[in-house]
Amino acid sequence: MRNTFIYFMLILGAVLFAYPFLWMIAGSLKPELEIGSLGLFSPNMTTQSYEAVLTKIPIGKAFVNSLIVSLATTTSVVLFGSMVGYALAKLKFVGNKALYMLILFTMMIPFQIVLIPQYILMVKLGWTDTYLALIAPTMMSAFSITLFRQFFMGIPSALIDAARIDGCSEKRILFSIVWPLSRPVIVTVAILTFMSSWNEVLWPLMVVRERSLMTMPQIVTLFTIGGEAESQLGSLLAAATLLSLPVIIAYSFFQKYFIESMASSGLKG
Amino acid sequence: MINLRDIIHRAKHSDRTGYWFVLPYVIFFLAFVAYPLFFSFILIFHRWNIVTPMEWIGLKNFARLLQDPLFFKSLVNTLTFLLIHIPLQIVVALMFALLLNTKVKLRGFFRALYFLPVVVSGVAVTILWQQLYSYDYGVLNTLLRSIGLSPVPWLIDSSWAMPSVAIMATWKNVGIYIVLFLVGLQNIPAELYEAASLDGATRLRQFRHITLPMLNPTVVVIIVLSTIGGFSLFIEPYVLTGGGPMQSTLSGMLYIYNQAFYFNHMGYAATLGFVFALVILVVVLVQRKVVETEPT
Repeated sequence: MRNTFIYFMLILGAVLFAYPFLWMIAGSLKPELEIGSLGLFSPNMTTQSYEAVLTKIPIGKAFVNSLIVSLATTTSVVLFGSMVGYALAKLKFVGNKALYMLILFTMMIPFQIVLIPQYILMVKLGWTDTYLALIAPTMMSAFSITLFRQFFMGIPSALIDAARIDGCSEKRILFSIVWPLSRPVIVTVAILTFMSSWNEVLWPLMVVRERSLMTMPQIVTLFTIGGEAESQLGSLLAAATLLSLPVIIAYSFFQKYFIESMASSGLKG
Repeated sequence: MINLRDIIHRAKHSDRTGYWFVLPYVIFFLAFVAYPLFFSFILIFHRWNIVTPMEWIGLKNFARLLQDPLFFKSLVNTLTFLLIHIPLQIVVALMFALLLNTKVKLRGFFRALYFLPVVVSGVAVTILWQQLYSYDYGVLNTLLRSIGLSPVPWLIDSSWAMPSVAIMATWKNVGIYIVLFLVGLQNIPAELYEAASLDGATRLRQFRHITLPMLNPTVVVIIVLSTIGGFSLFIEPYVLTGGGPMQSTLSGMLYIYNQAFYFNHMGYAATLGFVFALVILVVVLVQRKVVETEPT
């Protein structure tokens, strides 16, 4: 009896969280007049809405832009984040403690205070409407550095000292010895960075006006509010589906890593 | 034989490596954190449309802010959002975490489904919910009508619009907090429950006196993260309602954006950002104090 109730609630939850996405995908394939219905199937399924989206906005180019920006950001955050994290955890240098304090302080600054000045900096540098504006301000992340530092603290110093005595440079120690031991934290940082970069909208809206440089969520946002969708519900749902499908596919393969990474960001927050 | 001088040399060498390793971050910090922070302290005393030269106006931006009904409106809107979003988030997350913390089959499957909205772009989620909330054709009102209730003016009534945004945001984010509560639940030592059972405590009393107090740290995390999220609310009202109807979903971030990019009031937008940042810091500090010192 108790178990039946639990399963009933769990399935109710599954419907609550997953059904809207199924409805979205179905709606993107249904003819305009049938979208309002609750059902997922229609005998008149069509790809008209997708054709409308593809002809009205350069969403393929936007997908490529998003990919370039997210991959560049993620590579940079992992590379530089692990370097700083390693220096803080395992290298003695004057200012080590002070720098760590500074990084913790950085994490406490609400982004609202630096947002407008950051935008003005982009204008002054002439970086608006370039990939640089989308990538540079997120190339490093204080939070990722603290994740790397935390993880590297747990790697025995004896191992690193042994490598030093063997004549390994610190660069080689980090990339050939520490990195292979650090897969969990690298995966966590990579997923967190990629996801937040992929889903970011506010910053691209601020620094990019040129359509051929827009990211995917940005162009879908402007498509939705800019009237280009001409209030065709089907094409709105098709745009939303195109936007979410890459993430849903990646998530269905690596959901364990996604959940662990994103929950760990909450645990340490 | 290990050469002592060699080791000293290496130690000195590795010192320098430390500087090389942190140098990129220091440059990044100076350019994209320190400089903007410094520049915001200049901007808040100026009127500037980014084209003509900056004009020093002293504290006029702050004087204006104190008389700006839209600033207070956006602050009240954010608080309205948080007052609905936070309790809803905690109750729903705790409920599903408790359901998942039993010996049921397919736990991982259910957990993965509940987490799905977290990973999907907020823009896609908002487009989807705009359709669900539609007054005439939306799924939600269709459901309400089918069980004989009257439809709800989700997005078109100014007293419903912000609660609608809060419900949508809860649906999107609750997956993270389900997982956090699950971790919290699994960290509670089983001995506590065994001891309580031996003392004859009912399940309800165990929940009240063991489970809830032990989850307190998780609740603090949820409250703080949701608050920061609430003050950053932008894309949801921007896409869903454009801040309307009657400014009822104008969030702080949306107001800053409008001031900066529709009116080119860079100085005033920076002032708004400055004040909102202070409000966030104060609110979060107070929350931590209150929740952590609350007797359990």
